Amino acid sequence: MLEVKQLSGGYSGYSVLKDISFHVAKGELFGILGPNGSGKTTLLKMISGLLPFKEGSIFIKEKKLSQYTQKELAKVVAVLPQHSEHAFSYTVKETVSLGRYAHQSGFLQTWTEEDEKVVQKVMKQTGVEVLQNKNLRELSGGERQRVNLAQALAQEPEILLLDEPTNHLDLSYQKELLDILKTWTRDGTLTVISIFHDLNLAGLYCDRLLLLKKGMINIQHKTNEVLKEDRIQEVYQTDIKKFAHPKVPVPQITLLPKWEKEEQLEAVKITADILQHDKQHIVLKSPIPLKTMSSGVVGAGLGWHQTFVNRHVDRGYSCSNHQEEMMNYLCERGFDPLETVGMMTAVVLDDVSYKWMEEDTLSVFVVVTAGVGNAVDATQSENHSSAFIPGTINTWIFINGKITEEAFIQGMVTATEAKVRALEDQKVIDSVTGTYATGTSTDSISIAATQRGEKHDFAGSITPLGKLISKAVYMCTRESIQKSQKRK
Amino acid sequence: MRKQSTLKYLAKNKLIAYVIATIFTILSLLLGISIGTVSVPILDIIQIIGAEIFRYSIDHIDPMYHSIVLNIRLPRVILAGLVGAALAIAGAAFQGLLRNPLADPYTLGVSSGASVGAVVTIFFGISLPYIGAFTLPFLSVVFAFITIFLVLTFARKIDRSMRVETIILTGVIFSSFLGAFISLMISLTGNELKQIIGWLLGSVSMRGWDYIKIVLPFFIVGSMLLMANGRELNAMSFGEDRAQYLGVDVKKRKLVILTAGSILTGAAVAVSGTIGFVGLVIPHLTRTLWGPDHNHLLPLSMLTGSGFLILADLIARTIISPTELPIGVITALIGAPAFGVILIKRRQS
Repeated sequence: MLEVKQLSGGYSGYSVLKDISFHVAKGELFGILGPNGSGKTTLLKMISGLLPFKEGSIFIKEKKLSQYTQKELAKVVAVLPQHSEHAFSYTVKETVSLGRYAHQSGFLQTWTEEDEKVVQKVMKQTGVEVLQNKNLRELSGGERQRVNLAQALAQEPEILLLDEPTNHLDLSYQKELLDILKTWTRDGTLTVISIFHDLNLAGLYCDRLLLLKKGMINIQHKTNEVLKEDRIQEVYQTDIKKFAHPKVPVPQITLLPKWEKEEQLEAVKITADILQHDKQHIVLKSPIPLKTMSSGVVGAGLGWHQTFVNRHVDRGYSCSNHQEEMMNYLCERGFDPLETVGMMTAVVLDDVSYKWMEEDTLSVFVVVTAGVGNAVDATQSENHSSAFIPGTINTWIFINGKITEEAFIQGMVTATEAKVRALEDQKVIDSVTGTYATGTSTDSISIAATQRGEKHDFAGSITPLGKLISKAVYMCTRESIQKSQKRK
Repeated sequence: MRKQSTLKYLAKNKLIAYVIATIFTILSLLLGISIGTVSVPILDIIQIIGAEIFRYSIDHIDPMYHSIVLNIRLPRVILAGLVGAALAIAGAAFQGLLRNPLADPYTLGVSSGASVGAVVTIFFGISLPYIGAFTLPFLSVVFAFITIFLVLTFARKIDRSMRVETIILTGVIFSSFLGAFISLMISLTGNELKQIIGWLLGSVSMRGWDYIKIVLPFFIVGSMLLMANGRELNAMSFGEDRAQYLGVDVKKRKLVILTAGSILTGAAVAVSGTIGFVGLVIPHLTRTLWGPDHNHLLPLSMLTGSGFLILADLIARTIISPTELPIGVITALIGAPAFGVILIKRRQS
């Protein structure tokens, strides 16, 4: 569809682009990225025929750009500009109708039925149909941008060029616009080439990306290849962090604020001093949000949480939507469900066991409530039914330090290994299979780290952190089981 | 709210617009012929003109009326109408092209440029071979074109985005400079001082049919060229880049529009001197009433502009009769405040 070969050039006096080559296939949504002044807009202006270039060539549909007349080009390529001037108050329909300019011919350039049909169609597609008799000046920024899009589409282009189309648009309009473009490119009716300022939007919607740095191509590849942490860091000269989109398999990028890097953050220690417990629940309120990985009823997964609640429920607790019920429970008691990791247990909360352990600068605080009513041998779990029963061994691990995501996972493995050994040493038996139990059917775990102080990359069983975790979890689990066994 | 919807209704019904504008022009024409030191009844005017066009003879009308209408008032009124139409359509085109509601041949300095051309022609007594009597308007047109070209180049140098104020300020600078140049030449002539000053302030009196013959070809060519570019002007109102994206050959069209605007301004100035603000007020009023679409804005401005200038001339020659005011005084009295109002409105929005 579009082929750019060894393109160089710029404005009179200085050159902006050097040796740019790439091609865009039909139906692609192609993104152009780069810091300010990297030549994105210049490149787009050259492709749209607005700016002459010094060297190289541009082919549109296998025909040289220079061989197109302005009108012919407008029938193939439309541009949605970043800014639009509106000195006079044209109506929406008048504005959109201008898009038909290239299609009208003859001295009188009469308005045909075909023109009218296309204008009505694109106004419907962009949702500006109801506004057609309004003046441009009466519209909001988002509406105006949609009118501009309608005008560009009235050209019935095969290629649409956009310069930061989401600039000045509300979130909902950004999504709306890009969703429309994505649909049309997927249909194969349109090829879109767009400059993006927002790397995350580009990552979400584009098929391929072109990254410019100082007028040269840094890379041209699939989004995953382009949006790499060190590459973006280097091209944009700033600190960023890459993470996975929660729903879609695309990378997302976020800035690292300066205060995060400054290590003067006050050290915070999570200890037994801030643990409160009564018959209803065990609560730990941290002075700062903790990075958490958990499998609780509320606040599961990876996140930042400040409050941890382990709630006692009856053995016969049953509710069709225990998650919602738990949320309501938290709200009623003044806990913010969005900031809380919440777990349930049928165990008597007096049987709780907790330990604070320290080694050099590192310390962990572990809280365990354990009962073995529905103990299971995980290796033979096919013999068990899978009904929801309130959790029985709930383990909280608080780490006073900064740990990596792999350390979170290793910490879970280490804690689980310690738990299994604790159950075995307490001779807990799976009542169905008669073998040693490795846990109960509904155990929950949460690891929370202050993310301040010394950094720990790993938490495997022989690392300093792993050693603390396994020791504390083993001791707490064992003690809690002993307490609950004594009660019987 | 009601005002809004009335305006919208008017904008949608272009036929009504043409009917009203035409009636206005014809009425102004008749009034312009009728009123003066000797009043001529309107019915007589219609009969005299009808007899002249259809070549039949009438005997019951005073032959003095006949002479006043055909030899004095009709040419004067038609000249005023042509000049008004030329300035208004040129103003509308400049405004659309520059996306600037304050642009008109006068504020852009184009009229001053054309005046220099005219004064130079008179001062040196230039008469170009082949075109003879057309030397004066021809040189006015050439000077008008050079001026608009310089003004735009200069404005672009100052401010690439060519803001409204930048262009107008550039126009003021050029007007002042060219005005000084004209004063210098007038001082050097000494003799016909008063006559030239009268001409400079603008007048359509005592020109006769010859002047109409001179201005008409320029007027037809200029206005045709502009009206053929209505859609291009619409596109360029959204910015030159945008117009190019839409398929407009901007360089070529811009040149055509500037040339046509210069032809109209140059010709108007050559026959009547500098008459300010017609090209500002009339397109603005027309746009407010009937919408900004240049396909209609240009012809409607033309009609309204001709009627307006005929009325302005009527006022200029009757208000302190028997003394005649320069017509430019009347247009400036109406135009300058309008300029101010548009400027304030722009600032508010």
